[in-house]
Amino acid sequence: METNLITEDKQKNKLEKAFEILKTMASKPSGLIGLSIVLFHVVLALLSPYIAPYDYKAISPNTMLLAPSAEHWFGTDSLGRDVFTRTILGGRTALTVTFFGSLIALLWGGLLGIFCGLVGGKIDDVVMRVVDAFLSIPWILAMLLIVSLLGTSTEVLIPALGFFYGKGIVRVARAATHDVIAKDFIVSARARGHSNMSIIWNEIIPNVRDAILVEGAMRWSWMLLGFSSLSFLGFGVSPPTPDWGLMISNARGLMSFAYWSVIAPIVGLSSLIIGINLTADAFAKALGIDRSTKAPV
Amino acid sequence: MLLLILKRIGLGLITLFIVSLITFVGVEVLPGDACTTYLEREAYGAALDACIKRLGLDVPAYERYLDWASNVVRGDFGYSLSGEMPINEVLGPRVKNSLVLASVSILIGIPLAIILGIITALWRDKLPDIMISTITIFSMTIPEFISATLLILIVAIWLGWLPGIVIIPSDATFYELLSNIILPVVAISMIMTAHMARMVRSSVIQVMASDYVQMAILKGVPYWKMVFRHVLPNALLPAINVVALTIAWLLGGVVVTEVVFNYPGLGRLVIESISNRDLPVVQALAIILASIYVGINLIADLMTLMLNPRLKSLQIRK
Repeated sequence: METNLITEDKQKNKLEKAFEILKTMASKPSGLIGLSIVLFHVVLALLSPYIAPYDYKAISPNTMLLAPSAEHWFGTDSLGRDVFTRTILGGRTALTVTFFGSLIALLWGGLLGIFCGLVGGKIDDVVMRVVDAFLSIPWILAMLLIVSLLGTSTEVLIPALGFFYGKGIVRVARAATHDVIAKDFIVSARARGHSNMSIIWNEIIPNVRDAILVEGAMRWSWMLLGFSSLSFLGFGVSPPTPDWGLMISNARGLMSFAYWSVIAPIVGLSSLIIGINLTADAFAKALGIDRSTKAPV
Repeated sequence: MLLLILKRIGLGLITLFIVSLITFVGVEVLPGDACTTYLEREAYGAALDACIKRLGLDVPAYERYLDWASNVVRGDFGYSLSGEMPINEVLGPRVKNSLVLASVSILIGIPLAIILGIITALWRDKLPDIMISTITIFSMTIPEFISATLLILIVAIWLGWLPGIVIIPSDATFYELLSNIILPVVAISMIMTAHMARMVRSSVIQVMASDYVQMAILKGVPYWKMVFRHVLPNALLPAINVVALTIAWLLGGVVVTEVVFNYPGLGRLVIESISNRDLPVVQALAIILASIYVGINLIADLMTLMLNPRLKSLQIRK
């Protein structure tokens, strides 16, 4: 009974803490703007299949390259598809791929980093050399190679993105683990005879979680940038999937007279990336982590 | 000191060695070898045999790796399948073009970033800072292909000031290049400047809050003398490393920018070789781009060491 009370109390505290953090984030205008943009995109992505006025892949020669009007709010593209429909569905694609990609990146990057920081020694040296090597291969080359050999389905893209954006998290998680590893509570946990697993789960993760989450939020925006760049280059999701990068690259050749079909996805993608960036910044500040001096690795 | 430099160079070489292993093993492990990948549906009979012989795919993988690696060390990257010529001949003009683009962007970007960073730091939270910081956040976060596309749409199509894409052969002369690279340079240096200006800003702000700057203010050093003598040398030093990382990170963005503007540099070669499934060229590019990354970081590390006497006596752990 008593233990129950304690866990309930803990859970309430956690919720309250999360709410506190959200409140601090929203207290500054940049954080509020970021949060509302991200919220707007998430809600739109969830609702988009129900509010999309047209079929995203319905091709029609009668409606090619129409200017924005009451029927087609953002006009139509070169195949006669409704740009508004494709833009709101494009957000769904981008958010799904990058959300699951970031999740994978956070999991493997965070756990490997914590493990290396805790174990140290030879294993740590070898893993960090390999991570460094992967860091020095430009992401675009590696991603392009994987995608061109394994195909462009989302089942390939999500793990590939997750893997490539996780290697930076390894370094952050390792550095954060190094910071806590010398603290007294770890030493005493070791003295009590706790196993490595138990120390990682009970002592280290609660203490490095903030740093890793902030890094993950930042990676999310870079991953979105990387994913849409891939689509733009023709190596991301394949047509006719509605996707912003793909839409921009398709409409780019015609933008001298049909600028609407390129502007809508540009606004969608830019606003989401800026929103995630502002949110990540506010998140870092709310948790008291300064990442303004970090390079985008 | 010398030991430290040697250690850094050694670490860089080890990193490059691992990169070469990763690219080689990666190509081996992924389905299809260089020949079947390149020839696709025509991968049978005489054509396949000729290709296998050309690349020497009939010997074991470790022998091929040693062969390839020793050739790369001597500066020979092998044979391009799609170009039907040695990779070095394909690379030559591309490296030159990319170098021109990168160096012009860096020459414009770094001084501009330092100036903007100082302005935003000294007028922190005032109007100049708010305006410049907003612009830098925008140009930092928006993907390269979007800012490049918008530049073309506005400057080339709506205003008609400059040509929208670069139409020059890859072996164009230096002068031809310069007159064509204005828009690509703007697109690249915009993002680079934004990143670096933010770092200079936070670095200057940190130094301004330090004890020795307070001391200088208290003993009555004139404001601008304090900024140039006490703040800047200390603020710009830690920024060097970060600037290097930013430049290296931009290698990926340069690929996209070169494609948007149709610029015949290394970046477009990346896309071309991957579309043509020309794996020997992809391997060569991986090694070259990774060397650039390692090299830039090494130079930055050494520069910080040279410029900061305090670090000379310290063991730096990394």
